[in-house]
Amino acid sequence: MIIELPQVGESVTEGTIVQWLKQVGDSVERYDPLVEVLTDKVSMEVPSPVTGVITEILAMEGETLPMGAPIASIQTADASNTDSDSVAPNDSSYTNQPVAPSDTTPIVPDAQHSVSRIGVLLKDVAPVGPTGAGNVVVPAPDDAPAPQSKGAGSRRRRRYSPAVQRLADEHRIDLQQVEGTGINGRVTRKDVLAFIESQADAAVQAPAMPSPATPISDMPAASVPATSPQESADEERLPLSPVRRVIAANMKRSVSEIPSAWSITEVDVSGLARRRDALKDEFMRREGINLTYLHFVIKAVAESLRENPLLNSSWGDDAIILKRRINIGIAVAAPDGLVVPVLRDADTLSVAGIAVRASELTARARQGGLTIEDMQSGTFTLNNTGALGSVASQPIINYPQGNHPQAAILTTEAVVKRAVVIEDAIAIRAMMNVCLTFDHRIMDGAEASAFTNAVKRRLEAITDDTGIY
Amino acid sequence: MAEMNVLEAVREAMREEMLRDERVFVLGEDVGVRGGVFLATDGFVDQFGTERVIDTPIAESSIAGMALGAAMHGMRPIAEIQFADFIWPVFNQIVGEAARARYGSNGKLSVPLVLRAPEGGGVRGALYHSQSAEAYFCHAPGLKVVTPATPYDAKGLLKSAIRDDDPVIFLEHKRTYRLVRGEVPDSEYTLPIGKADVKRAGDDVSVFTYGLMVHHCLEAAQTLEGEGINAEIVDLRTLRPLDTEAVLESAMKTGKALVVHEDNKVGGIGGEVAAIIAEDAFEYLDAPVRRLAGPEVPAMPFSPPLEALYMLNSDKIADAIRSLAAY
Repeated sequence: MIIELPQVGESVTEGTIVQWLKQVGDSVERYDPLVEVLTDKVSMEVPSPVTGVITEILAMEGETLPMGAPIASIQTADASNTDSDSVAPNDSSYTNQPVAPSDTTPIVPDAQHSVSRIGVLLKDVAPVGPTGAGNVVVPAPDDAPAPQSKGAGSRRRRRYSPAVQRLADEHRIDLQQVEGTGINGRVTRKDVLAFIESQADAAVQAPAMPSPATPISDMPAASVPATSPQESADEERLPLSPVRRVIAANMKRSVSEIPSAWSITEVDVSGLARRRDALKDEFMRREGINLTYLHFVIKAVAESLRENPLLNSSWGDDAIILKRRINIGIAVAAPDGLVVPVLRDADTLSVAGIAVRASELTARARQGGLTIEDMQSGTFTLNNTGALGSVASQPIINYPQGNHPQAAILTTEAVVKRAVVIEDAIAIRAMMNVCLTFDHRIMDGAEASAFTNAVKRRLEAITDDTGIY
Repeated sequence: MAEMNVLEAVREAMREEMLRDERVFVLGEDVGVRGGVFLATDGFVDQFGTERVIDTPIAESSIAGMALGAAMHGMRPIAEIQFADFIWPVFNQIVGEAARARYGSNGKLSVPLVLRAPEGGGVRGALYHSQSAEAYFCHAPGLKVVTPATPYDAKGLLKSAIRDDDPVIFLEHKRTYRLVRGEVPDSEYTLPIGKADVKRAGDDVSVFTYGLMVHHCLEAAQTLEGEGINAEIVDLRTLRPLDTEAVLESAMKTGKALVVHEDNKVGGIGGEVAAIIAEDAFEYLDAPVRRLAGPEVPAMPFSPPLEALYMLNSDKIADAIRSLAAY
């Protein structure tokens, strides 16, 4: 039966094959992990839906496919065996073709062979008995084909020999570009050598500049010609991880499609800082969680989004799609790259509730333990770039593959004590910048500023009496 | 330059060495008056006398034992085992003693003997006149094992074997004796033990082989040339010590390796060659290393069709090369 890329979550439309956990010819039990698939930056193991033997792998590692696309073929035990590749047993029979015995065969070299030091094997001389003295005639057998090596005819897709991989590395070749002439289209060492030669020829003939009709940014990465070793002697090429590829595609999609604008707002978080300092030890003792500025910010953002619904929307080409739920994505630096787990219905939670949920999500993100559900349905994104030491940053709007882009993204910057002027007096205050990038198609500066001012107002309103439960 | 067959080359090598060095003598069953069952020592008893051309009882263990003792005392015996099929009784003397004498005596003793034996099938020899013996001896450190394929190689290598200070097992394929003819220089020459020889250069598939199969492989390569497949035929010539350098060089060049031998596959030389390639040329491989070898049956059948089925030939070899080239 044909195995399809399963639907793994709402609004996920495609997935990338990261790694096959079974190969052609492997037996699989139902529910055995079959293949690792990456969607929306979460990778997961797709289990086999049946018990059987994998007869074909249809989706290569690195390939991105729509949900429902065929990815493999599994021969189940009860299925008929008619399309098996197995080689029929070799039924070679011999026919006796007696050669007329001559009396004494003169032992002379075949006239058409020149005699050299290598020597020649005389043909049609019937040997000879144990000592080579007799004159027994050996009937010539039919040509018996050499026994087929197991697996010689089995299908292999895009599995490269060590020689091919080494050559590809040395000459920086994308093997997907090389046409295979081996069994079942396997790329052979000679195919790579021919490809290298053709690249060298092309490099000599082709002009150095790409044609102006093709903007470089639109060229698929794979078609960029391999650089020659001389050019790259002082460079190193890092192959892209699947996560890196997804991030790159999402960032490029966002920047190239969304006409965005940016603003920065100063927030006096002295009250917040004091309140947080007063609560954090008790909170750690009671909840086992480090209460941070971010938890208060999430609360303020969620309430401000409720107040400014355009910020919690999406550009739908012919309409603006307002989101009823407020699901705030929180950017987390995970080992493989940036991920954005979603804290759902943040407007319904207290600061304490947000702290519990957010710390649980970020912990799992750092351990690579997020599920597809954790990543979905975000309506707004918050990035605490201040944790990295930044005092101003220009975030890129979250535009996950297969989804509508969000309307805006907010960063919270480092909390810094600064001298500020308050009513003609100079005071030392804990200050924090918040930066907003917003989709200018959806709103103008007025709406965006209304939102950041709402956030500012809420954060500055935190006093020693503010509750968190 | 003279043209001769392998048997004549073997005979000339022994004759020249006996003329050159008085310590060299031959012993074996029927090597004297009969001149050897294959006539390898034809005329020797008249030329060198019965003290240097010794007919022995039909007792291979004593042939090996006498050669071992004589060699330890400074002689250079060439012991002939009439057929490699009868070589098994020499095991204790050759593997147990000769191979270990230098090591065991801390270099005080050496055993400069040559044990010659015709081996191999395809001659209607059936169970007791067709066996291949090389794999058993190749396992023993302290022995050298030589398997020439051509008159030129047979003569040059046998002369080196006789001059070698350590025991050499010299296995001549009996089907090459009269069927393989080639040029042999008139002048004195020797060939180094432990060096393979590229009999035919190619860049698609490396074929490692020895003995009679060298010729079948060359035939197969000739056929395949017409199909655009260029096979490199490497004659290993010496199976111990194997010419690792030559094996790796060729395997790295083509990326595809096939080992061909008449001896059965399991525990054969093919496994050793394949392992060398896997260990040190892995990154150059473009295909699995393959072996084409005799079947896992206890001995050569007598029935002609079955013998033909047992033996490899150029068609079977061509198929194996073709399949590897296509991989």
